Amino acid sequence: MRNYIRCAMKRTMNSAYRDEILEHYREPLNYGKLLSCTVSSKQTNPFCGDEIEIYVKFDKNSLGVLANPPPRWTWAIQEIAFTGKGCAISIAGASMLTEYAKGKTKKELTKFSQEDMLRLLGIEVSETRKKCALLGWSILQDCLSNN
Amino acid sequence: MKKKDFPIFQNNKDLVYLDSAATSQKPQVVLDAMMDYYKNYNANVRRGLYPIAEKATAKVEEARDKVSEFINAEDPSEIIFVRNATEAINIVVESYTYPSIKEGEEIATTIMEHHSNFVPWQQLAIKKFLKFGYLDFDHNGNLFFVDELIKKAKSLAITHASNVLGTINPIKEIIRNARKINKDIVILVDGAQSVPHMKVDVQDLDCDFFVFSGHKMMASTGIGVLYGKKKLLSRMEPFLYGGQMIQEVAIDRSTFADIPYRFEAGTLDIAGIISLGVAVDYLEKLGMEAIRNHEKKLTRYCLDQMEKIEGITLYGPKNAEEKGGIIAFNIERIHPHDIAQVLGDRNICIRAGHHCAMPLHTRLGVSATCRVSFGIYNETEDVDILVKGIQKVKKIFKA
Repeated sequence: MRNYIRCAMKRTMNSAYRDEILEHYREPLNYGKLLSCTVSSKQTNPFCGDEIEIYVKFDKNSLGVLANPPPRWTWAIQEIAFTGKGCAISIAGASMLTEYAKGKTKKELTKFSQEDMLRLLGIEVSETRKKCALLGWSILQDCLSNN
Repeated sequence: MKKKDFPIFQNNKDLVYLDSAATSQKPQVVLDAMMDYYKNYNANVRRGLYPIAEKATAKVEEARDKVSEFINAEDPSEIIFVRNATEAINIVVESYTYPSIKEGEEIATTIMEHHSNFVPWQQLAIKKFLKFGYLDFDHNGNLFFVDELIKKAKSLAITHASNVLGTINPIKEIIRNARKINKDIVILVDGAQSVPHMKVDVQDLDCDFFVFSGHKMMASTGIGVLYGKKKLLSRMEPFLYGGQMIQEVAIDRSTFADIPYRFEAGTLDIAGIISLGVAVDYLEKLGMEAIRNHEKKLTRYCLDQMEKIEGITLYGPKNAEEKGGIIAFNIERIHPHDIAQVLGDRNICIRAGHHCAMPLHTRLGVSATCRVSFGIYNETEDVDILVKGIQKVKKIFKA
């Protein structure tokens, strides 16, 4: 994990506050509540006092499989949104992740690892800020495993 | 004031260290003393009958005497070496209060405590079904004294100086008032944020227990002090059992050593104790009055500069006379961690978060704050660099 972060730092050469992060922080995508969600999950990061909730609505037969009911791994994210407050890293992370997750199946997203999340952010993440960077990811994984 | 005494600043040329409330930097003399012990007379204490062991033992007891004089204890046996203030508080909770308190009785603390002086008492209250009361503070960060609470409380755990607001509580007055209405109350004062920065006299304060950590006062990490009045310590059961804290051990029973050794089971942090003794010498040579004045000057200057920053909220007293060298703040629309990170990238070290004081932050209605805290090695130019850094943060975040 540590090695990965170091590699990521070398590759991107970006500070934590590159413009894309700041834009996502100022105007987060997919911000708001999803009233018709299939599942939602909320987590806090006591270190920062960050608190984020993610809402997911699944398309339960995205691949058009004939099995009835279709296996859960084929469920795809039809709609996704989040609410909450937090630092730039956690809010930008949730914004980018929810955008990335749209249309993807449970199978694809379960495979989406911590490393993938850090790559998506594309910034240097110190050990202490890792919880901020992975807060949204951890909540999404919770949504996936609880349904 | 004394930057050149601290090697970290020679090894990190542009370091702006504003987190002394978390831990202080260490002067060369302290580091030398520790190295001297390991290199020249490393031996366990109170055991060996050879010269280096005698020397190590003498140095440890010398440090005890110095600490005792430093806070004006009545007797060096009232100074118990522990790991840190947190451990000292836990010892009091477990070995004094736990055995002597009964279900339904009341204990008191304040909402401005560090978790170390809050959670042990809260957990005790849960375990023993006690009432758990706390003193609140006003918008300036000054405590309200509540007669009804103090009258009924068996104990009061209170901080000398807040690690977030900087408030220096009028401890002497609070203790005098508390004893007037409740002569049996047992009072523990958390001195972690006061001992390194001002003159403390435990007899004058008339507290029953006083605790502090060495690493916040120029000594190494891993050493702290529990002071207790002799008559209370003598009544207490040991906290840890093991080597060096016994008088005699039979197969089926043991008798325990007198204070302070009864509470010093196992091999102590000898280098740490020696470092603490030297740190006390170092502080006394500078003079606690001079240290307090230097930090007051910095605090006043910093408050003046910060008040000019648009969108800033300052927490705690705004008057440097009423507070230690600690300033907590927030800037509109920027998360404290983002502020601290951007400053950190420029080697300006401040703290962001809840500073181990979540009840205090809940009371303030915020989840986190930024905190600047001073040591004797800081100068006004550190404040200038900080203020420039904050302007840069605001620019990045367009706030």
